Amino acid sequence: MKFSTEMKKEMGILCLVTGLLMLIPLFNAVGPESGPLSVSAFQVSLWGKYLTYAVLAMSLNLLWGYTGLLCLCQSLFFALGGYAMGMYLMLMIGERGAYKSVLPDFMVFLGYQKLPLHWEPFYNFAFTVGAVLWVPGLLAFVFGFLAFRSRIKGVYFSILTQALTYAACLMFFRNDFTFGGNNGFTDFKDILGCNINSDATIRGLFIATTALMVCTYLITSGLLASKLGKVQQAIRDSENRVLFSGYSTTSFKLMIFVLSAMIAGAAGALYVPQVGGINPSAMEAAKSLEVVVWVAVGGRGTKWGPVIGAILVNFIKSYTTHAFPDYWLIIMGGMFVCVVLFMPDGIVGVYKQAKSYFARQRSLETTAA
Amino acid sequence: MENSFKKILSLVAVAAFALSASTVRADDCADDTVKVGILHSLSGTMAISETSLRDVLLFTFDEINASGGVLGKMIEPVEADGASDWPTFAEKAEELLAKDEASAVFGCWTSVSRKFVLPVFEKYKGLLFYPVQYEGEEESPNIFYTAEAVGQQAIPAVDYLLEEGYTKFYLIGTDYVYPQTTNIVLFEYLLSKGIPVENIGGGIRYEGDVAVSAGNYTPFGHTDFQQIVAEIKDFAASGDACVVNTINGDANVPFFKEIAASGLTSDDCPIVSFSLSEDEFRGLPTKDLVGHLGCWTYFMSIDTPANDSFKANFQDWLANDAPAAVAKEGRVTCSPMVLSYNGVYLWKAAVEKAGTFDTDAVIAALESGISFDGPGGTVTTQKNHHLTKSVYIGETLEDGQFEILEVMPDVYGEPWLKGTF
Repeated sequence: MKFSTEMKKEMGILCLVTGLLMLIPLFNAVGPESGPLSVSAFQVSLWGKYLTYAVLAMSLNLLWGYTGLLCLCQSLFFALGGYAMGMYLMLMIGERGAYKSVLPDFMVFLGYQKLPLHWEPFYNFAFTVGAVLWVPGLLAFVFGFLAFRSRIKGVYFSILTQALTYAACLMFFRNDFTFGGNNGFTDFKDILGCNINSDATIRGLFIATTALMVCTYLITSGLLASKLGKVQQAIRDSENRVLFSGYSTTSFKLMIFVLSAMIAGAAGALYVPQVGGINPSAMEAAKSLEVVVWVAVGGRGTKWGPVIGAILVNFIKSYTTHAFPDYWLIIMGGMFVCVVLFMPDGIVGVYKQAKSYFARQRSLETTAA
Repeated sequence: MENSFKKILSLVAVAAFALSASTVRADDCADDTVKVGILHSLSGTMAISETSLRDVLLFTFDEINASGGVLGKMIEPVEADGASDWPTFAEKAEELLAKDEASAVFGCWTSVSRKFVLPVFEKYKGLLFYPVQYEGEEESPNIFYTAEAVGQQAIPAVDYLLEEGYTKFYLIGTDYVYPQTTNIVLFEYLLSKGIPVENIGGGIRYEGDVAVSAGNYTPFGHTDFQQIVAEIKDFAASGDACVVNTINGDANVPFFKEIAASGLTSDDCPIVSFSLSEDEFRGLPTKDLVGHLGCWTYFMSIDTPANDSFKANFQDWLANDAPAAVAKEGRVTCSPMVLSYNGVYLWKAAVEKAGTFDTDAVIAALESGISFDGPGGTVTTQKNHHLTKSVYIGETLEDGQFEILEVMPDVYGEPWLKGTF
């Protein structure tokens, strides 16, 4: 297989970004204790969290940016992945909970005598990793099959996905749904036998998240370069013409939808141990809308846009909620308005915008002269 | 080629900016100040309640600083907005402890926010003061619960109602851990007081032959109480029934509206609420609540010199010294605010007793039993990280205040009540 120069450039950027990100755990492990080059465990887990958001944004971009499906249940897939991992982490607490029982605390509290059957397999890490992928994938398959077969598209698809998220959220809030109700899962102790609070585990989780991001990037790139990717983008631009050209758009959309759900689930699974908990508010409708904002800010339908958008928005949120706790919503809101007004293609599009602006100025000058 | 070079350059610039900005440490704490964290929601659904706690904390710090600070150091508050988002609470807690190295943190309202920050405080060996009535079943070595435990709110309220001769109790709440725990504890308590099961309304769910949930539960923000109120009306037809209400926040408005519309009055069937204080009445109409009961460890109407001067000083601070972001009009004081205020003074006393800001020493001092004469009476810390304090039962008045009906002095704070009756 021969690489075009374009692809070589892309791979160069990807390697550079990965290299830069790897500096974070590296400086945490061997860097100085203080000074501008020191990176605390807090910073590592914070940046790990941003990266899981970046992957979530990439998964939405695959649907919204490249297939034209504005999906508002991305946070549900993310939370399902998170819950699957959370179940494993809850079981790994063992008898170190408040009630010193092998059952998770909330089950003791609700009077369970033994572990519900569907919890049993989550003692196994491999099963958990599988569930992180197939649970959101299966939901996306069933829901997508029904929605796409009925030719539901555009704003109706968005509304339906939002309704699905809301229904799931209400269900998870219930105390008798065996997933901890409003309090959700917290106070994890171990993952794969390693203390979840140790610096080494935090670095490991960060590196795993970076790897997931690189994989997602490669999958997106590979998909876009393939014939399937061409059909995908054609569906975005004019679905009827694709349909009349003899392609079954249903199966193409379904495939992308399931893939996107699995990526979101994987991101959620890495999010939970780094944040230290999950509760049903992770799948509130507003959370899915936040993801849409990240993608729009960064640049919809571009490879790096969602990553830049997710990291930038969350970084600014982290900074302002501490530095300007009373005014951060105004700052963020102002930023979003500016992006919508002045950067229709997001941050990534600014370069192109500036180039065309200067080209126009130059041509005006030449005609004037 | 030039194109990609620029791209790379801009990426590097962004990454470098982000990294450097995020790793810049807060300036080393000046020698004459001590950093103390405030971790409440100033935005989102909980802001309406939690902003008042932030305000009273700022007032308390100013008051202490004006009288010489703590161990000769001025308190430097570091605020963070938890934004009613639990992962954000965990992130901000870690930031306050790891980056700002706050000596103590005052914050949280909801139980779920406390559950999310608990592992962070235990990891960094920090110290959190938690000021809002809660369900118990928790005793972290790094948290002090200045809050009312179930035994300091629900049980005294039920005792009062039993004394008044009520024999039927209807339990209703929002479906989350605080109402669920409170009601199951109350269920056990009522049985131990000789109330038969059929006189406890709202429904009981059994797992095998163990009761695991008692009461009727609605989701957050529920609005349709027609059916439930009809059920309560039937239940109260005998005339000796009362309602124990653990509905949270806004959902109380349609609930009390429906009660009023059904013609049930506080004489027929009094409702005792645990989540409605003077501060909530700033935003809720009190019309439908008049005559119903509240139970807290502080009421604004307490008539003591300590409370009078607390209220006057707070109003004075609002008028003259409060930062621009603090709302100045129509402010009241309520139990969570006073428990926040007490928490700061208990921390100050513990630091002074220990002679250091070192967290372990301060926790040891708090565990040894420290008293503070607060606006709601004397509070004393216990070894189990809870407080002994006085409990007040009050009747809601038209103006959003409570008329105190009964005082129960020095009630012990016990978090582990489930299964003890």
